[in-house]
Amino acid sequence: MTIHSKTVGETLVKVEDLKVTATTDSGRKIEILKGVSFDVRRGEVLALIGESGSGKTTIALSLLAYARSGCHFSGGRVLLNGKDLMTLSEKERQKLRGNTVSYVPQSAAASFNPSKKIMDQVVEVAEIHGILDKAAARQKAIGLFRSLSLPSPDTIGDRYPHQVSGGQLQRLAAAMALIGDPELVVFDEPTTALDVTTQIEVLKAFKSAILDRGMTGVYVSHDLAVVAQISDRIIVLKDGEVQEAGETEQIVGAPAHPYTQALISAFEPVEAEPAGSRPASSAVLEMRDVVAGYGNVKSDGKPHIVAVDGVSLTLQRGHSLGVIGESGCGKSTLLRVAAGLLPAASGDCVLDGRPLRPQVDARGKDELRKMQIVFQLADTALNPAQTVGNIIGRPLTFYHGMKGEARDSRVIELLDMVRMPAQFRHRLPRELSGGQRQRVNLARALAAKPDVLLCDEITSALDTVVAAKVLELLKELQRELQLSYLFVSHDIHTVQSLCDEVMVMFGGRKLETFAAADLHAEARHPYTKLLASSLPTLDPTWLDNLKQDPELVRKFAHA
Amino acid sequence: MTVSAAPRRKLRFHIRPIAAICLAVVLFWAAIALFAPLLVHYPVGDMVSYDYFGPMSKEYWLGTDYLGRDIYSRLIVGARYTIGIAFVGLILAALIGITLGLFAAAFGGLFDTILSRAIDTFVGIPNLLLALVIVAGGGSSIPILVFAITIIFFPGCYRFTRSMAINVNALDFIAAARARGEGHFYVMIHEILPNIVGPIMADLGLRFVHIILLLSGLSFLGLGVQPPFADWGAMVRENMIGISYGSPAVVVPSLALASLALAINLLIDNLPQRIRDQLE
Amino acid sequence: MNKRILEMIGGRLAIAILSLFLVSLAVFFITELLPGDTAQELLGQAVTTEAAAQLRETLGLDRPAILRYFEWIFGLLTGDLGYSHVSDRPVANLVAERLPNSLTLAAITMAITIPLALGLGIFAAIWKGSIFDRAISSAAIMLVSFPEFMIATLLVMWLSVYMQWLPALSFIPATADFRTIVLAFIMPVSVLVFGSCSQMIRLSRAAIADAMATPYVEMAMLKGASRSRMVLRHALPNAVAPIVNSVALSMSGLLGGVIIVETVFNYPGLAKLMVDGVSTRDMPLIQTCSMIFCGFYLVLITAADIIAILSNPRLR
Repeated sequence: MTIHSKTVGETLVKVEDLKVTATTDSGRKIEILKGVSFDVRRGEVLALIGESGSGKTTIALSLLAYARSGCHFSGGRVLLNGKDLMTLSEKERQKLRGNTVSYVPQSAAASFNPSKKIMDQVVEVAEIHGILDKAAARQKAIGLFRSLSLPSPDTIGDRYPHQVSGGQLQRLAAAMALIGDPELVVFDEPTTALDVTTQIEVLKAFKSAILDRGMTGVYVSHDLAVVAQISDRIIVLKDGEVQEAGETEQIVGAPAHPYTQALISAFEPVEAEPAGSRPASSAVLEMRDVVAGYGNVKSDGKPHIVAVDGVSLTLQRGHSLGVIGESGCGKSTLLRVAAGLLPAASGDCVLDGRPLRPQVDARGKDELRKMQIVFQLADTALNPAQTVGNIIGRPLTFYHGMKGEARDSRVIELLDMVRMPAQFRHRLPRELSGGQRQRVNLARALAAKPDVLLCDEITSALDTVVAAKVLELLKELQRELQLSYLFVSHDIHTVQSLCDEVMVMFGGRKLETFAAADLHAEARHPYTKLLASSLPTLDPTWLDNLKQDPELVRKFAHA
Repeated sequence: MTVSAAPRRKLRFHIRPIAAICLAVVLFWAAIALFAPLLVHYPVGDMVSYDYFGPMSKEYWLGTDYLGRDIYSRLIVGARYTIGIAFVGLILAALIGITLGLFAAAFGGLFDTILSRAIDTFVGIPNLLLALVIVAGGGSSIPILVFAITIIFFPGCYRFTRSMAINVNALDFIAAARARGEGHFYVMIHEILPNIVGPIMADLGLRFVHIILLLSGLSFLGLGVQPPFADWGAMVRENMIGISYGSPAVVVPSLALASLALAINLLIDNLPQRIRDQLE
Repeated sequence: MNKRILEMIGGRLAIAILSLFLVSLAVFFITELLPGDTAQELLGQAVTTEAAAQLRETLGLDRPAILRYFEWIFGLLTGDLGYSHVSDRPVANLVAERLPNSLTLAAITMAITIPLALGLGIFAAIWKGSIFDRAISSAAIMLVSFPEFMIATLLVMWLSVYMQWLPALSFIPATADFRTIVLAFIMPVSVLVFGSCSQMIRLSRAAIADAMATPYVEMAMLKGASRSRMVLRHALPNAVAPIVNSVALSMSGLLGGVIIVETVFNYPGLAKLMVDGVSTRDMPLIQTCSMIFCGFYLVLITAADIIAILSNPRLR
């Protein structure tokens, strides 16, 4: 890397033609890894990058001589210091794990035992392998907490996992991985579950820990920009095969393989149309001073837990309004209020100039038809017991009274609209890929012939390349059908590429609304600037050069 | 664009041999219960032999009981009582329990709270005890036995259905249906029910075993099916003194009961993973 | 211990008392309102309607049921357990003779079943997929399929009739020596243990298996923990609530087993008394016995709930 020099030594890990096979419930065998080979040298961080199903986590776990249940190693070798991990006995594998090779999990929140104190879990590695006595291990852990810049390092270990934040847990998990001074640390998507502002803190802590110790690491991620900050070399995986391997600068700067190029191109900034390019027409949806939340309404007219606190917005016909903010800011609740799924405690919702009743049961069929909601997780948004044809057909029958032949041919039209072949209408949701499900999800909403689509993080769960295609589709549909989008996302990049206007929310309140093209204008709210600056770029020096006001970070980040 | 025909869906379940054997046993007993009148050799109440606790013979396939009646015929008709009463009770309990469970999950709120609390009362009374109380109050007739089974087993159906339905109810496709403006009944029948039918059926199978064990227990205590008729439990009771003679009269109905209960339990234990995952 | 826990425990106790009240309503009105007439039953079929009416009046059965319910409840609360017209003795006396016998039987059974079943369940989970696990799981599924009276009759056939090792009946004379008492208890207790342990084995194994499938147990494994450490240190503490719950639920089965076993072995316990009461339709006796059994059962269920609350780390 350019900024710092590291000493990269001899080969520590050598993976040769690794094959892993999974057996499904019905007895079918699927090759998850189809012969993967690579080396890790001492003192370097190697990134494994790929989308869901690429086999990256399977490779990571094989470095700990472990395959998840239902999977088994069907060929190849994993050599650590020249010793093949596949031939180890169970006892030897236990000695390896945590001691020679350690693991930082994707979701620390789920990977900490909820009924044990954090410190006991961190020092457990030392206890299992008999590395240090209890007192020494505790001292070492506290030192690690401090070096990972955790708050109150002396006492944080005495808490239970549910008493600390997600970003802190992720760093505590790193401390747990480092306490045995392992030769290799495997990071498995360790920042994926975090908000961007939190992610920065955790990444910085990881990076300095890696540099301080000259650590050898394998870093698994789906996010090229994150990986670019932390790794020396990158291996690009797809469907259990290596597509391309190279130095970080080369992969990010001059990718050779078409798949890598597609991954990179998803990062290219999309030019937002300059403000005012599309004349503001009439307002199609307005929300005024909406207050909503959960629990009983208290005497001051607010619910027990307030999720949305006095938010107003206006969505112009044919336009898109992006709502961004981090988890818990109330953005999804706002959509549920608009859809009537969560009746507002106070405030108004106006569609086409006519006020809507707060709860869905009280609204007219035509009012409901005009506004359709599309959910984030297409897996749970589609009834697993119904075929695609029935899922899309139901709104046709419900709103338009269509039946039989007419309904069937309209379903085919709608599938065509979301670029899916007609015979897909006979499939069940589980027989579709993630991207296809999200398209069906869209087609169901379009079946109603709506004016407004309420989109709840609809690209967040999708792989980069697939998400880019769905966004493209949304733009085309907007042009063809004059749709208006209220588009909720945590990803400023996505919102900027799709929306005319952007609204920023924090803690249930609206901070500001501005034209998408003015995101980087000087007049932006400090939190908006923080959000914008926290999104990693492909530039490997980005994290090192990042300057953020610590005061601001403390105020807004949940770390 | 051509409209292609819906392709046939292949059943992608891997059926284990043990499950097939168990299914055969269950179907065997179901057929016996169904066609009992065609299969008996002697009327069940008739004392056909002077030899009580007689051995197995060509005339009396499974020997004779303490009054010299044909055990084979009594076993066949006993199957009818045991399986028939249990089945009717199960159907009633399932109808009430599943319906109320779906309602509670779909409506939620106060309706759910009150209903659940009231139904929990019955869970606070152990099964056989509640059966005794009901029989004490109403006497041992077949309608009372069916009533007792219904009362004892519908709370379990209710709780199971409700918890399954509440899990499904929290998913986004239900929210999507509600946002579309669908009514409670559509949501219950078309969105929730198809997703929980498999586990509910398996759960009913387990409950059926509990029912036949409870029913034969009651009969064994002399509080179930009354003489001269007998289900399998009552057959064990009336022939208890035959123990000292090593008579088949005690063993045969016990084995019949055990084979049916074991077959159902093993069948459900060997169901395809997808259904088993959702059972508890 | 904090305020939240106390509040939740208080809530559980309140629910238990409410349940007991609802149970008393159910018991009383099922026994009173279903068709069937105590007076008719006491006097036999051949009696005139006048005589029956006369008896109903002496027994107080002609007054409104709701009134009699409150009298009954008030009696129970003040220690008046009612009067058995069939045996012409106060119910309290009958219960006092029998209750200790049943409690002894249940206590011995629980003392054996709970450690045995939980131990087998936990070890089956530790060695999941092993021969031991499969043997235990198969045995458990067979035991849940066999009715207690069948296990009891087969045991009697084998141990009393053929081997003549043990007495077929468990009537213990007052002068019995220790050996006689132990011998008399072996079969009833075995039947109860067989009957009540299978459910507990299955549920505790499933509870551990669920906890074993969590990411934090996988994490422990990736830290180098052995299988027994994963189970005992990581899975078990998080499976306390479902395990305790399975124990409480098995107690319902145990009670059913006690009713059968006391009848088969002619054991002089409360359950046998109640079964006899049902045959003779001795309502005050049935009602009181039911409330005693339900009371014990609710205490166990509530205790299980409270242990589950205390085991939840989020409440600490």
